[in-house]
Amino acid sequence: MKLTGAQIMIQCLEKEGVDYVFGLPGGAILPTFDALYDSKLKFILVRHEQGATHMADGYARATGRPGVCMVTSGPGATNTVTGLATAYMDSAPIVCITGQVATTAIGSDAFQEADVVGVTRSVTKHNFLIKNVEEIAQTVKQAFYIASTGRPGPVLIDFPVDVSRAEAEFHYPTDVYIRSYQPVTQGNPVQIKKAAEMIMASKRPCLYVGGGAVGSGAQKEIFELVEKTGIPITTTVLGLGIFPEDHPSSLRMLGMHGTHYANYSVQGSDVLIAVGARFDDRVTGKIDLFAPHAKIVHIDIDPASISKTVRVDVPVVGDIKEILQELNQLVKDKRGEMRPWLDQIEEWKKKHPLKYDQSGSEIRQQYVIDMIGEVTQHKAVVTTGVGQHQMWTAQWYKFSAPRSMITSGGLGTMGFGFPAAIGAKLGRPNEPVICIDGDGSFQMTMCELATAVYYKIPVKLFIMDNSHHGMVRQWQELFYRRRYSGSQLGPSNPDFCKLAEGFGAVGIRVTEKDQVVPAIEKALACEGPVVVQCVVAKEDNVYPMVPAGHALDQVMDMA
Amino acid sequence: MKHTISVLVENHFGVLARVAGLFSARGFNIDSLAVGETDDPTVSRMTIVAHGDDRVVEQIMKQLNKLIDVIKVVDLTQEDMIDRELVIAKVSANAANRGEIIQIVNTFRAKIVDVNPKSLAIEVTGGEGKVDAMLELLRPFGLIEVVRTGLVALSRQSELTAPPKQAPAKSKAAKHGKEEVVSS
Repeated sequence: MKLTGAQIMIQCLEKEGVDYVFGLPGGAILPTFDALYDSKLKFILVRHEQGATHMADGYARATGRPGVCMVTSGPGATNTVTGLATAYMDSAPIVCITGQVATTAIGSDAFQEADVVGVTRSVTKHNFLIKNVEEIAQTVKQAFYIASTGRPGPVLIDFPVDVSRAEAEFHYPTDVYIRSYQPVTQGNPVQIKKAAEMIMASKRPCLYVGGGAVGSGAQKEIFELVEKTGIPITTTVLGLGIFPEDHPSSLRMLGMHGTHYANYSVQGSDVLIAVGARFDDRVTGKIDLFAPHAKIVHIDIDPASISKTVRVDVPVVGDIKEILQELNQLVKDKRGEMRPWLDQIEEWKKKHPLKYDQSGSEIRQQYVIDMIGEVTQHKAVVTTGVGQHQMWTAQWYKFSAPRSMITSGGLGTMGFGFPAAIGAKLGRPNEPVICIDGDGSFQMTMCELATAVYYKIPVKLFIMDNSHHGMVRQWQELFYRRRYSGSQLGPSNPDFCKLAEGFGAVGIRVTEKDQVVPAIEKALACEGPVVVQCVVAKEDNVYPMVPAGHALDQVMDMA
Repeated sequence: MKHTISVLVENHFGVLARVAGLFSARGFNIDSLAVGETDDPTVSRMTIVAHGDDRVVEQIMKQLNKLIDVIKVVDLTQEDMIDRELVIAKVSANAANRGEIIQIVNTFRAKIVDVNPKSLAIEVTGGEGKVDAMLELLRPFGLIEVVRTGLVALSRQSELTAPPKQAPAKSKAAKHGKEEVVSS
């Protein structure tokens, strides 16, 4: 029996084991939405297509399975660009299906036409334009394969409306072979041996672990490597949770807002073992002065990440989990010979702990986040927007499990947190999902409150309301002579509690310190989505801070 | 330093845009790019001349490799390569100097492909050095128009070939590669 292209598309998604589709319909994707109506796939109607991509992203990062979104042509598709770019920078697997005008109309500037394959080429791992109904099944199979293997990333399928109406027999391929795409998974044993020798010969080694280790599911192997050798470990913002931060070997996060001791350890190391990390400028500081004494081992799935910004001495390309399993057999306890190094690190830890001033009457964001960590026992899934609250979440939540910090690290997309929380909650319905957001970030995608309320998705949103684009304000205070150009939100911010209630969510306002913990408890106890507006200190800075263009050990801290 | 990079790609629409887009997006410099179908109609070969230090060229190679539609990439600069470019140059000529121009053309084993009272069209094939040298000699006569194909190149020793489009019979993928027919 022949099916329409639209039916084939939906059946392909079912075959791939998709449970949720995030999206918004429109003319060119209507046949596919009509087929979706008969499907067991659960559809989440968003209020803006950007939200759909962030939800798919949040779902993907929370579960490790590709998130799926489906939108119409033209503006529907162009609205996904920010979400795709966000997922691309952070290697999150997404499959995005966009309607397209009929193949016969492509190029004619038809209604709601955009060259979506052209527009999204540089923000996707790969994209497809399906020109023939016979190609649908193979294309969808390849799209999921490309999105979720190698270094994962978003894949877009542009789906013209006439192709979705055409008919064909449906054969879903069980396997996929792409001659031009053969990602390496097994690490070269010679390189692994070299890495092990370099690690064993080191006196001051340091592990630097990023999102790639989370993507590979290598938490056990990372833990074993640290336990076995005693090598201290720091993580990037995307690596948070891969290793428990209350463990004595943890140096917490490194980089611009990393701990003193993580940054000093990297700078002082003689061998730096980078695992699934890509030497981002927010991590390295001034690149010429980064880890000046270190030989660098770099374990990564992406050959193009090797020696891109920092020259690597021993590259090992492949799947991190597999490589570490082999590496772990070649390394031994190094605690004895590292004693002076570990003592030095202990001294740094004692001298420069993360801290914030608790004395004033104003609520500090650090305190709220610290308390959210306490109340949830550091086990919730946390998403964030971008800015001060994001960095304070990284510093103060104290992550204990992988896939529990979901944040836009690479692109730095404000507005990511709340829709990502919706996606994460649907992916992990039995765990508390909390979005820690800024008043600026939240307002970029706040329309998705309607989505959370309509589908009764119990995400708990904490708005750190400092009436500013706080990080912008911080930079203006420090580097632009306090000329607060365009960073003040206060006078025009909405009443967030009324806003929540207007959407049908519960709104809680917190203005006093002693209200913080009860509000967190109340929010978690409520059934549906809750918005907690925390009125926090307006002018507060994230420290420690390594100013852009400085070496990692040139750290500014609070007086 | 200049590098001549040979790239085998899937012969799809849009592949050229992906390759060109990569160069512009990552700020790599491209000197010339020539593309055409290979003997296998599913595969095209691009010859790209680009310049940059070793690190930049290493990144260019890796980023090209990362494109899903790119099958193979090789830097021919490190090999003994045959590289050629075809140029058509239209040169001002009159009865007085035509003979002199023809002498230059013969010296370079080039060809005259069109003659009219005011100009000559000359076709020359060769490596970059030869072509540039000849154009320099022709310049005093008045170069009216010049068109260059960009370099194409092959290695003398090694072969750059694409594996078959379908999974090889022995591989696991093929073993399980039977299509599932879904009845509905």
